[in-house]
Amino acid sequence: MATPVAQEQRTLGLTEPGRPPLRAPRTSLKLRNALIGWTFILPNFLGFAVLTLTPVITLFYISLTSWNIFGAAQWVGLDNFARLIGDKSFHTALGNTFYYAVVHIPVTIVVSLGLALLLNQKLRGAAFFRTVAFFPYITSIVAVAVVWNMLFSPEYGPINQFLSLLVEGDLPGWTVSKDWAMPAVIIVGTWKDMGYYMLLFLAGLQTVPGELHEAARIDGANTWQRFWNVTLPCLRPTMFFVTVMVTIQSFKVFDLILVMTDGGPGQATLVLSQYIYQKGFEQFEFGYASAVAVVLFLICILVTVVQFLYNKRKEA
Amino acid sequence: MTARPSALQRSGRVLLYVVMMAAAAGIMLPFAWMVISSLKQNNQVFTAPVEWIPDPVVWRNYLDIWVRADMVTWVRNTLVLSVAVTALQVLTGSFAAYGFAKMRFPGRDALFLLYIGTIAVPWQSYMIPQFQMISSWGLNNTLWAIMLLQAFGAFGVFLMKQYYESIPDSLSEAARIDGLSEYGIWWRIIMPLSVPALASLTIITFVSTWNDYLGPLIYLRDRSLWTIQLGLQSFIGEYNAEHALIMTGSVLSVLPIALIFLLGQRYFVEGIATTGVKG
Repeated sequence: MATPVAQEQRTLGLTEPGRPPLRAPRTSLKLRNALIGWTFILPNFLGFAVLTLTPVITLFYISLTSWNIFGAAQWVGLDNFARLIGDKSFHTALGNTFYYAVVHIPVTIVVSLGLALLLNQKLRGAAFFRTVAFFPYITSIVAVAVVWNMLFSPEYGPINQFLSLLVEGDLPGWTVSKDWAMPAVIIVGTWKDMGYYMLLFLAGLQTVPGELHEAARIDGANTWQRFWNVTLPCLRPTMFFVTVMVTIQSFKVFDLILVMTDGGPGQATLVLSQYIYQKGFEQFEFGYASAVAVVLFLICILVTVVQFLYNKRKEA
Repeated sequence: MTARPSALQRSGRVLLYVVMMAAAAGIMLPFAWMVISSLKQNNQVFTAPVEWIPDPVVWRNYLDIWVRADMVTWVRNTLVLSVAVTALQVLTGSFAAYGFAKMRFPGRDALFLLYIGTIAVPWQSYMIPQFQMISSWGLNNTLWAIMLLQAFGAFGVFLMKQYYESIPDSLSEAARIDGLSEYGIWWRIIMPLSVPALASLTIITFVSTWNDYLGPLIYLRDRSLWTIQLGLQSFIGEYNAEHALIMTGSVLSVLPIALIFLLGQRYFVEGIATTGVKG
């Protein structure tokens, strides 16, 4: 054990304390440090670079080819993207994805922030409630989808039985109705995700200084004014993070829809991710599916960059 | 004058309790339905009005499912994957996090930015090229594919890095002066100090691998390789009228996760809070 330690001290320039280290050892120290740093990162980075970065880059190349099950990748330029413009199913998928996102994002943020504020009231039983609210998030999508499908069952499901007590006339057909399938999926998506974002908000709320609330109260601000002028501004970093995460999660929504409605009825809940899956893994049009994937990729990046810039501007 | 606001406040608090309890009941309803239905005879699952207490209580479903479905294989595959992925993720993630959090070298920050950048890139957008690549290695339709897919995620690096940064640098500095190598510092100083974060990462990774549906759906074709999620989904397709049995399978697929969650809840919550607060 003694020798490696001594050697290390020598390279670290520590053998003679008090004297400034020489120039040469310092550069070699830097190099050594970089090498050691890289060895720490490498095992994970190799996997990450090969399995994530490489596919992301090749995606763009494949989207410019006609690669399908019958033949090798042939360069076709922007043909796939031109085809997207006239593809009705793609338009439907794009529209449905935005439908899901535009409703799911604000609803999830409002509900999870509401739950977090509720939990922050130091009520008795709050710990239990936190467990309950978070539980859907860790439940597998398959079990969630099958149970909700039963709950949503138009004729005998408990949800419509309950609604029939409140309203008269036609009840929603939920997952078997073209108009109600998407709201049903959004309800389940929100129910499943809100616990996760609630935790993030709750962590953010702990960072809001109590003195600020106290000062605002003394100045005569009511609960709503304090929420709007103290809590929300203090939550901005958390809000930014949550918004970015919910947004990406909404645009890439897939497994929930796959197991709940399989995009149906008809194409009522077909979303971009599922369209990529259908084109790529069911019809084996890898090139065309990749073009759809590029669109999804660009939407997510664009939305994130916009949110980032908006946050920066607010910060300044 | 002083009595009025306190009465108001009290009724406000009562209202909050009511809201909280109503929300809890609403959130738990699907789980209650799941468990109750699994204890019913099949023709009793859908009744009007809903029967909230099964009569008679049918335990048979919990025996039948093992015969009717290949649960043993599914659970075994899922366990193998979850354990392997978790081990790899925890090991490589915490190792890399040390490089990012405790060492200074050129290129470090750019590299970390690359990791962060991929948060905005949905897996769905690159699953096709990834599938082509893994297939070209001959690993399609093997459990290896899922291990590769899940093990090197950026999440573990984030979580551990956030935690390491809360450990004072003076500790590693002192160890460095005492002659401990960087690997020694990681293993003997930092790792023992980051047990809570390691527990968080372990639990979160285990649960997300257990629950993963899309990865196995794309890569695992053979029935003998199916995970519990794939198995359950095909079971639902095959026996779509056997509502009680389907609910039994669902309960069984959720049960291990529920147990892990209840035991390690603290780590779950802390892990998510750490990655979220700083972004």
